[in-house]
Amino acid sequence: MTEGHGLEDKSHFRGVWVFLEGRAGGLRDVSTQLIGEGRRLADLRGTPLTGILPGRDVDALAERAIGYGLDRVIVVDDPMLASYRSRPYSHVMAELIRRHKPEIVLFGASKNGRDLGGRLHAILETGLAADCVKFDIDSEGNLDMIRPSFGGKSLAHILCKKHRPQMASVRRNVFVAPPHNPERRGEIVHEEVALTPEDNDAILLEFQEFTKEGGLRPEEADIVVSGGYGLGDPKNFAMLQELADRLGGAIAASRKAVDSGWVPKMLQVGQTGMTVRPKLYIAIGISGAVQHLAGMQEADKILVINIDAKAPLFEIADYGIVGDLFEIVPEMIRQLDALKASASAARRALPAEVR
Amino acid sequence: MTAVGPAVRPMRIVVCIKQVPKAQELQVDPVTQTLKRVGVPSEINPPDANALELALALKDRHGAEVIVLSMGPTSFDESLERAIAMGADRAVLLTDRILGGSDTVPTAYALSETIQKIGGFDLILCGEETTDASTGHVGPGIAGHLSLPQITYVSDIRIMEGKVRTRRTAEDGTEYWETAMPALCTVNFGCNKPRTPTLTGKIRVKRGGLIVHWSCADVGIDPKKVGLLNSPTIVAKVDTVKLPPRAGRIFSGEPKDAVRALLEALIRDKVIAR
Repeated sequence: MTEGHGLEDKSHFRGVWVFLEGRAGGLRDVSTQLIGEGRRLADLRGTPLTGILPGRDVDALAERAIGYGLDRVIVVDDPMLASYRSRPYSHVMAELIRRHKPEIVLFGASKNGRDLGGRLHAILETGLAADCVKFDIDSEGNLDMIRPSFGGKSLAHILCKKHRPQMASVRRNVFVAPPHNPERRGEIVHEEVALTPEDNDAILLEFQEFTKEGGLRPEEADIVVSGGYGLGDPKNFAMLQELADRLGGAIAASRKAVDSGWVPKMLQVGQTGMTVRPKLYIAIGISGAVQHLAGMQEADKILVINIDAKAPLFEIADYGIVGDLFEIVPEMIRQLDALKASASAARRALPAEVR
Repeated sequence: MTAVGPAVRPMRIVVCIKQVPKAQELQVDPVTQTLKRVGVPSEINPPDANALELALALKDRHGAEVIVLSMGPTSFDESLERAIAMGADRAVLLTDRILGGSDTVPTAYALSETIQKIGGFDLILCGEETTDASTGHVGPGIAGHLSLPQITYVSDIRIMEGKVRTRRTAEDGTEYWETAMPALCTVNFGCNKPRTPTLTGKIRVKRGGLIVHWSCADVGIDPKKVGLLNSPTIVAKVDTVKLPPRAGRIFSGEPKDAVRALLEALIRDKVIAR
């Protein structure tokens, strides 16, 4: 039924690959972040780093991707690949992997990256570790794929010893994107993969982009103001939004707030939601289940506001206030407004040439 | 693997479910820092319950035979019984010691073979991921094995003129897909409210005979392709995470004073701009 090749002599497998995802003419953050980590792994293994870019008219994107640290990009150009689709993309990836036998293939743990990796690892019958947060090379040259288990309280080291390639997915914001170097030169290789009408097995009828109302998405924000069950009512998220607006941040929520139907799932932080890595994570009325920690414990600073001094989240707080959020949050908004007013008054007081 | 249109017989939907420890009950042992699993009650993996609800809603709308499939020990009957009490027509449990320790590759393979033995399916539904392992690899893996169209992260399914129309949550927006049957969809966690078991459903469970247990031999699963030793990945070791120590400065007093002290600290530490 499927033709796996996992158990071939693994010494033939060489090179590190990164599956590249485009978005609005650029690369997805997770792809540039993966290039940085892929570069490190390729150097450790003494092999080249290759980006794989299926798409339509994507040479400019391939050129740009090289600047983040790739040695080459394999482009497969086909109208059927203009936007992501499970079957043609997995067909292309499986074919390229059989052709070139890379040792390591990294995917962003985006919706499409997971969709692709999951299908592909079954077709190739090889190992795929989801949501890795760290990689190492073990003494035998295997990729040590490290992922949180049980909501982030422990880290599991996953090895794929006999099968190749070793595949892994990584969520956005786990690694830091390397700076872009426009001077960097690399090779762009165009390859053909024969797609058939059978690959065209699903039609995208319509796409509605998420509206940007309320500004930033939590994954993109430097400051995330996150609300939990302690808010008691969906309308109280408006208060969090007011605080976020004053800090230039975005709002997010715990699973319990999402489960209660207060805010959409796309705002959920945690194991079954998104991972955020902001400069400041403000947890308001969130007690801090292990599943929630998994999505926010990498924040630079954590501020916890909770009425329950025993809330587990206080254990990982940099700053905390034990108190009634319905008093604390409005007070924060008031004082931030006052600070802003005094700052602009001070600026106005300066002579024009200093302003 | 031929799909017979709904005009000939009711659509057949296979829903893959896993029994997992109740997420809310999971607690970390403060001494060993590992997860307490013993004595933790089980539930249908919540995203799988959403998949089941979607299947039952399609049954309500179009008429369908809903077959629930799981792989695991016989204690999983608890979840299969619940699924039947909710309205599923029957259930299959693939249960065999040699499956123990299977990672997502053998799991997807074994479930695919079992689905083929069930046969005659039009739609396969899985939850987007499990709450205990949270890989989300098995659903797409089954689609890969069976070479089916696959739409992941789906919140709604409509059957129109023998085709499946789905609403998918993508990274940057909502996508509407159309595909022929048979197809496989993975269903978003929390996209609906799974119904509670009914009295009639419970009576059907009591009468018995709606759950079958199959071994690998019953299905024709190659023993050399399943189990711990035939899984590509192994868990080499598990480290306890020691979170980096945080300052943990708690500001107390009247809200006004606490907030003032907090904001001063945030500004001084350059966490927020002045």
